[in-house]
Amino acid sequence: MKKEYLQIDKVVGPLIQISDVDDVFYGEVVDIVEISTGKIKKGKVIKIEEKNVIIQVFQNTAGLAAGNSIIKFTGEAFNLPMSLDLQGRIFNGIGEPIDNGSDIFSLVEANINGRPINPMSREYPRNFIQTGISSIDTLATLIRGQKLPIFSGNGLPHNELAAQIVRQARLGDNADEEFGVVFAAIGVKHDDEKFFRKSFDEANVMDRVVMFVNYADDPIAERITTPRCALTAAEYLAFEKHMHILVVMTDITSYCEALREISSAREEVPSRKGYPGYMYSDLASLYERAGMLKDQVGSITFLPILTMPNDDITHPIPDLTGYITEGQIVLGRDLFQRSIYPPVAILPSLSRLMKDGVGEGFTRGDHAEVANQLFASYSKVQEVRDLSQIIGEEDLSQTDKKYMAFGRAFEAKFLNQGFDEGRNIIESLDLGWKLLALLPLTELDRLSPENIDKYFPKEA
Amino acid sequence: MAVKEENKEKGIISAINGPVIKGKNMTTFKMREMVTVGEQRLIGEVIVLEGDVGTIQVYEETEGLKTGEEITPTGRPLSLKLGPGMLKNMFDGIQRPLEKIQEISPIFIPEGIGLLSIDDKKLWPAVMTVKPGDVLLAGSIFGTVQETEVIQNRLLVPPTVSGTVIDVVPDGSYTIEDVLVTIRDAKNETHELKMAHEWPVRTPRPNAYRRETLVPLITGQRVIDIFFPIAKGGTAAIPGGFGTGKTMTQHQLAKWSDADIIVYIGCGERGNEMTEVIEDFPKLIDPRSGKSIMERTVLIANTSNMPVAAREASIYTGVTIAEYYRDMGYAVAMMADSTSRWAEALREISGRLEEMPAEEGYPAYLPSRIAEFYERAGSIETLGGDDGSITIIGAVSPAGGDFSEPVTENTKRFVNVFLALDKSLAYARHYPAINWLESYSGYIKILSDWYEDNVAEDCISLRNKMLELMYEENKLQEMVMLVGEDVLPDDQRWVLEIAKIIKVGYLQQNAYNKDDTYVPLEKQYAMLKAIEYLYERGREGLKLGIPTSRLKNVDIFSQFIKMKYTIPNDDLSGIDKLKDEIDQYFEVLFKKYEN
Repeated sequence: MKKEYLQIDKVVGPLIQISDVDDVFYGEVVDIVEISTGKIKKGKVIKIEEKNVIIQVFQNTAGLAAGNSIIKFTGEAFNLPMSLDLQGRIFNGIGEPIDNGSDIFSLVEANINGRPINPMSREYPRNFIQTGISSIDTLATLIRGQKLPIFSGNGLPHNELAAQIVRQARLGDNADEEFGVVFAAIGVKHDDEKFFRKSFDEANVMDRVVMFVNYADDPIAERITTPRCALTAAEYLAFEKHMHILVVMTDITSYCEALREISSAREEVPSRKGYPGYMYSDLASLYERAGMLKDQVGSITFLPILTMPNDDITHPIPDLTGYITEGQIVLGRDLFQRSIYPPVAILPSLSRLMKDGVGEGFTRGDHAEVANQLFASYSKVQEVRDLSQIIGEEDLSQTDKKYMAFGRAFEAKFLNQGFDEGRNIIESLDLGWKLLALLPLTELDRLSPENIDKYFPKEA
Repeated sequence: MAVKEENKEKGIISAINGPVIKGKNMTTFKMREMVTVGEQRLIGEVIVLEGDVGTIQVYEETEGLKTGEEITPTGRPLSLKLGPGMLKNMFDGIQRPLEKIQEISPIFIPEGIGLLSIDDKKLWPAVMTVKPGDVLLAGSIFGTVQETEVIQNRLLVPPTVSGTVIDVVPDGSYTIEDVLVTIRDAKNETHELKMAHEWPVRTPRPNAYRRETLVPLITGQRVIDIFFPIAKGGTAAIPGGFGTGKTMTQHQLAKWSDADIIVYIGCGERGNEMTEVIEDFPKLIDPRSGKSIMERTVLIANTSNMPVAAREASIYTGVTIAEYYRDMGYAVAMMADSTSRWAEALREISGRLEEMPAEEGYPAYLPSRIAEFYERAGSIETLGGDDGSITIIGAVSPAGGDFSEPVTENTKRFVNVFLALDKSLAYARHYPAINWLESYSGYIKILSDWYEDNVAEDCISLRNKMLELMYEENKLQEMVMLVGEDVLPDDQRWVLEIAKIIKVGYLQQNAYNKDDTYVPLEKQYAMLKAIEYLYERGREGLKLGIPTSRLKNVDIFSQFIKMKYTIPNDDLSGIDKLKDEIDQYFEVLFKKYEN
C-alpha cells in the first residue's frame, strides 16, 4: 500500500505541487480524490525535485485546495488496456469511455508514450493509397505508412477534405487486409466532432473507428494525452492485429497551444513565439509513430490536420511539423475564395515518399513526369499571372497567353472536384495530359518523347 | 557487454526533469564522466558538478526512474570503441548497433539495454606488419584487416601510447578483444594493442599537422563540382526550409562523393529516411570501386523521436568515427543531417539546466560549439605520416526557412561553402534547389590549380563567365517582370535564352535518372563548354543583326536541354555532334543575313 497525501502546496493552472513525497517515479500516474464527492481526477508526475513533486492534472484543477483532496500514487505509468473492442468506441483524452459503453477489459496494456521504432525494423513505405482526389493522388501522393499533414487555415474546408479522404481511400490490391480508422479530436468544436462522426457513418466505417475526443472546452492537459492514446491504439491495431490504420488527428494547433500553456505554467525558458524549446522533439514523438514494419502486415498512415495561425506557413507549428512529416498538403485561401474545392495549393504541397510509390507497378509509368510537368507549368503560370497584372493580359506573348488558359483550366477542372466525386488515378493522369495539351509541346520539357508518343492526346 | 562499473562511491538520484537528472553524494564523480542511472542502468553523462550535487544528461527515456535510486560511475568519459566492424553498420547516437538492439527487442528500442558496441565475437583475418624490436609511434599502423570488400582497416596504435614491440601474434583470425601486439614504452611499462581501442567522443583525435586543402571532393553534382566546389578536408553547410531537398542533397553526396569513407549522421530526422538509406545504399554501385556504396559507409541514426540527449552526442560520435578512419590515411566525408536538431538538443538540455538563454532560447555557447565541431574537419598528416582528411557537410534547418536565425548565422561563420536551398526553386521542382545567387564557395581560388591541371585550362574562367551570365539574367528577370520579355533588346533576350538552358539543362539534375544522378567531371565541363559555344555563336549572329527568335532553333535548344539524358556519361562524342549541328545551322543562317 502506497502512501496517500493530503497536503497540496501549490496549484498553478493544470499543475499541482506536493511536498514530502517518497517512493514515486517519474511519469507515475496519480489519482486525486475529492474527499467530499469521491470524484477522481487523474494526473501524472512530470518533475521530481528532492521530496517535492509536480503533477500535471488531466482534468480541470478548479475546486482543488489544500486539504480537500487525497492524492494517491498508483505505482503505474500511464497505460491503456488494448483490445479489438476499442473499435466502434468513443473515449475522452485519457482513454475513458464517454459513449456510455462498458470499460475496456484486457490483459494487454500499453504505455501511451510508446517507444521509438528501430529504423532497422521499419519497412520503407512504397504502397500508394488512392484518395480519389486528383490533386493529391497525382501531385502529392499519399503512401501507406506515411505521415502527411494538412496545413490549413481557419475557415478552410480541411475537415471536409479529411472526411473525403477517409471515405474514398482505397487500399488497392490487398483488399482482404483489414482497414480501420483512429480519430483523435484535440480541442475541437462539438460541431466538428459531429461532422466527422456523421462522415464515418456515411462511409460505413463507424464500427472500425476508434475515437478519442477532447472538446475545445475540455481541460488542456488532456490535450497532451489525447494524441498519445490514439496512437497507442493505432499501434496496437496495426502492429499487433495487423490492420491498416489511418490516423486522422485534428487540430495539432490546439495541441501545441496546450503544450505552450503547460510550459509557461512550469516557468520554462521559451523559444520561438513562447513555444517550448522541446516542441520539435515532442511533435516528433507523435508523428514518428507512423510507419510500417518489415515482414509483417499492418501500417499506420498519419493524417494530422493543423490550422496555421494567420495562414502563416513559417509559424513554429507548421514549420516544425513540416520538418518532421513526409511532406504536406497545403490548403490555399486564394483558391478557397474562388470556390475551388478542395483548395489544395499544389506548389507548396509535397509528398516526400511519392518518388518511390508511383510509376510502373504502382500507378502508371508516366506519373512522375506528368506530376513534374504540371508542377513546372503551373509554377510558370504564377509568373505569367504576375506579369499580366502589370502589363495586362492583352500584351502577353502568345506562349504566355496559353499559360493563362492552362492555369484557368487546371484550376477549374483538375483541382476542382466534388465532395462526393472520386476519380481514380488513371482518370486523373489522363486529365493531366489533356490539360498539358493546352500548352505548346516545346514548353513541355519534363516529358520524355516516349511518354509523349504514348499519352499525348492525339486530337489536340 | 555490460558497462564496466567502478567500485567507487555511488550517487543518489535527487531530482528528475525529463532527460536531465540530479544526484547527491557525487563528490568523487568527474565532469563528463559516463554513468549508469537507476535500476534500469540507463546511460548518462555528468554535465555539471556543484559541491556534492551532480547533473546528468540521460541518453535514454527516464520514465520510471525514482529518487533514491543509485548513480554508478564508470570512471571514464563517454567513449567509443573504434575498431573493425563499423562499416556497413548503423548505430544509435552513442554507437550502439541498431542491429543488435533489434535482436534484443524486435520492433521498438527499449531502455536499459546497457552499452553495446561493435561485435566483439566476430573473427577478423589480420595481417601483422610489425615484428619484435620495431619501434611503434603513437598513431602508427601495426597490421591490417580487410574490413569490407573495398576498405582495409589499418590497425592503429592508440594515439596515447608508443614503444618497442616485444611480442606479435602470427597472422590469423582474431576478435577485436584479442591482444595482437605487446609493446614496452620508454618508462618500461608494457601496453597491449588490440584491433580496437577506446576514444572519448568529445576529444578530437590528435594529428601531426594540418595541411592546405588542395583537392576537390568530386560529388558528380554539376552545381557543386563546377559552380560551388567543396575541398577535401573542407566544410560546407546546406541550409534550407522544409521541402527544399536538404536530405535528398545529403543522400546524393553520400552516394556519389569520391571520398574513401562516408559517415552519415541522421540527427533528429525521420526514421523512414534512415530506412531508405539501409534499403537503397546496398543496391547502389560506387562508380570507382564497382562495389556497393554501403561497403564504405557508416550510419548513425538518432531519429527525431529517440532521446534528445543522445542526439547531442550523435554528432560527436560521428566525427570521432570519421577521425578514426582519417587516421588510417583515408579521405572521409561526413554528412550531418541536420545540425539544427543537434543545436535544438543543446537548447533543450540548456533549458532544463535553467541556464540563461541567448538568442531564441539557444545557449550562449552555441557559436563556440558549432565552431568546435566544424574545426574537426581538415586535411591533415596523420601521426603515422599518411595523408588523411575529413570533409564535413552539415545540413541546417532554419526555423521558418529564415537564414537569419542563430544556427544558420553561426554556421555561416565557420564553413567555407554555403549551398543555400531555395523554396521557390523547390516549388518549381528545380532540383537540387541550390540557389546560385546566394550560394558561395570559398575554395575556388585554392582549387583553381587543380581544375586547370585536371579538367581544363579554362574550367574556372568558364565557370565565372557562366555564373556572371546567371547574375545578369537575374537582373534582366526583374526587368521582364515590369515590362515583359518582348520589349528587351535581342542581346539581352539571348542571355535569357541561354540562362534557361543553364537552369533546365545544366543546374537541374535528376537524382532518379541512372545517368544523370552522377555525372563525371569531364562531362560536366563538356556540357558547360557546349552551352558557352552556343552562346558565343549566337552573339556572332546578333552582330549580324539576326533576331533572337531566329537564333533560337527549337531542335537545337531541346537537344541542349536533354543532353544530360541523351549523351552517355562515358561517350561524349554527342557533344561534338551537337556543336557541328550548331555550326551547320548558323552557317546557313549567317549567309542569309550577310548578303
